[in-house]
Amino acid sequence: MGKEPGKPEEKSKLAQIGDWFDLRLSFRESILPPIVHEIPSSSGSWWYVFGSATLLCFVMQILTGMCLALVYVPAADQAWNSLEYLNYQQPLGWFLRGLHFWGSNFMVALMTIHLVQVFLFGAFKYPRELTWVVGCVLFLCTIAMAFTGQVMRFDQDAYWGLGIGIAIMGRFPVIGESLVHLVLGGPIIGAEALSRFFTLHVFIIPGVLLMLIGLHLWLVIKVGINEWPMPGRLVTREKYLEEYHAEIERDGEPFVPQGVRKDLVFSGIVLIALFSAAAILGPEGPNGEPDPTLINTVPRPDFYFLWLFAALALLPPYLETPLILTAPLVLIAAAFLLPFYSNLGEKSWKRRPGAWILVITVFLMLGTLAYLGLSSPWSPHMDAWSGVPTPVQYVQGRTPLELQGALLIQQKQCRNCHSLGGRGGQRGPALDDVATVQTRDELIRQVLQGDGNMPAYGKHLKPEEVTALIAFLETMHPRYEPVQQNSTVPSVPGSAG
Amino acid sequence: MADGDNLPPVNRRGFLMGLGVTLNVVGAAMIGVPVVGYIAGALRQRSYQAWIPLGNVTDFPEGECRLASYENPYTVPWDGFTAKVPCWVRRKGPAEFQVFAINCAHLGCPVRWFPESQLFMCPCHGGVYYADGSRASGPPPRGLYEYEYELRGRELWVRGGQIPTLSGPV
Repeated sequence: MGKEPGKPEEKSKLAQIGDWFDLRLSFRESILPPIVHEIPSSSGSWWYVFGSATLLCFVMQILTGMCLALVYVPAADQAWNSLEYLNYQQPLGWFLRGLHFWGSNFMVALMTIHLVQVFLFGAFKYPRELTWVVGCVLFLCTIAMAFTGQVMRFDQDAYWGLGIGIAIMGRFPVIGESLVHLVLGGPIIGAEALSRFFTLHVFIIPGVLLMLIGLHLWLVIKVGINEWPMPGRLVTREKYLEEYHAEIERDGEPFVPQGVRKDLVFSGIVLIALFSAAAILGPEGPNGEPDPTLINTVPRPDFYFLWLFAALALLPPYLETPLILTAPLVLIAAAFLLPFYSNLGEKSWKRRPGAWILVITVFLMLGTLAYLGLSSPWSPHMDAWSGVPTPVQYVQGRTPLELQGALLIQQKQCRNCHSLGGRGGQRGPALDDVATVQTRDELIRQVLQGDGNMPAYGKHLKPEEVTALIAFLETMHPRYEPVQQNSTVPSVPGSAG
Repeated sequence: MADGDNLPPVNRRGFLMGLGVTLNVVGAAMIGVPVVGYIAGALRQRSYQAWIPLGNVTDFPEGECRLASYENPYTVPWDGFTAKVPCWVRRKGPAEFQVFAINCAHLGCPVRWFPESQLFMCPCHGGVYYADGSRASGPPPRGLYEYEYELRGRELWVRGGQIPTLSGPV
């Protein structure tokens, strides 16, 4: 700030020391102008605090990451142990792990809000196209940090989560196999794979982030921060810069101290929230040790990738490979090119309903997929057959044959995919009223031949077992609704499936 | 910079500039090519295959499917437990086997065997396979990856060494 009143009288000792340094460093010419550069006072809004908060999270991630690197061992045989050591032995190791974990969540969340705000405020339009493009790369790098960070937490989820990434890469025709070996540094997920992801997470991507953040900030300062978008004030290539500078002339204020006040308040809130999350909720994992022979595991990715995990379950197989190999490229290209096909005109979200609709649609889609990923209705419940009871009303007053069928429903693991009384898998339909949906013949055909998503059980059921199973399924209807007698689909052998 | 009507001093400066650029390009290539070779060292072979002993045939009762594991032949000492690779061994007859990779053909999660229903089920996206490894339902685009096997005396050997994917099965 160093406001010099510029009086000709004798300078103070402090000012003299300042002058001594400035003669050598020239900070008054280089660093000071960007700090006190004028911004439109309309940009001093609470909506403009998310970029600086994301930057704060990044700085925190670097600091806490360096602290973790003091103890963490990026070697496949010791990484998991060093995480346990951090959690339970190293004083405050759990807190540092918590800070780093929640810091990454905060960073992704704040960056997403920043992105949406920039999009809705039309800040990507002329002349800030490059700022947007660099921001998009920063976004991708941050997501890459989240993924590689998940691998650093070298537990079962990390191991199999990396396996999912590898399986996606392995779908590339021709080059897939070599690509997998290049990324893993070898033929399997092991020590060299962990070292590669460590190098990406700690050296390469942070280095790229540092450079691009510098460029992003340089652009914000050089082109000027976006003014508050007024409905009806159109961006034109001829007039925009002139109008922008006129606004600053008329109603500008220096970034420091006027513009930065709200950023400071919000940053303080973020820091306290980060402390609270780390102190109260603690670190994440590690869960089971990454021993591939412990196969009784249910791998799930971190929150940011749940939507992708869900989408991969729901895509039809014939669409999957072409879509997962091309869709990311198409989406990234569309995001990069946005400022070039929407370059001029209206900035305000009030006059850009399409922008709103897009944001709401994308968030509804991601939210729905993430929710589905959380509950994973497509996954068999691996221990439902042995661990979930048969509802009492389904076995009360039944014949021995029907009871035998009820046992078979459990023994043959039908309940891993079918629920009774709301408990069991959700991959297939609930069986509570299955008799009202399919006739006896249809039920037999369905069990023996399978259909849709159901495997065929014909080879693994004896005829008497089928009889018992069907006898039980025939009882699965509410009292007031009779058993289905009329076939609704042709069940001629050979025409099904 | 190779104009014919240049003055001698410019030629000398131009030569030094050209020499400097050339030396740097040559030096960078001399260092850069080995560095790329180092980073891409894993590509020295296209496919990782080796014969690996899986255990005595008596470990695998006839008509059953058992979980087995082997030490991957391509390892470094600090691989720890990640050097171990599990697989499913199904013994169909006295000398007839099927050895399946643990990885689901959809996205590589570990499939589990359920002897009661004679199915393999995947915990990630619900892929299901029959006992012979063929796809039963769910998103997998193919059946389970199957190892080549060989009986050497009373030992069961399989040919493997890399994580199976659609473009590079075991």
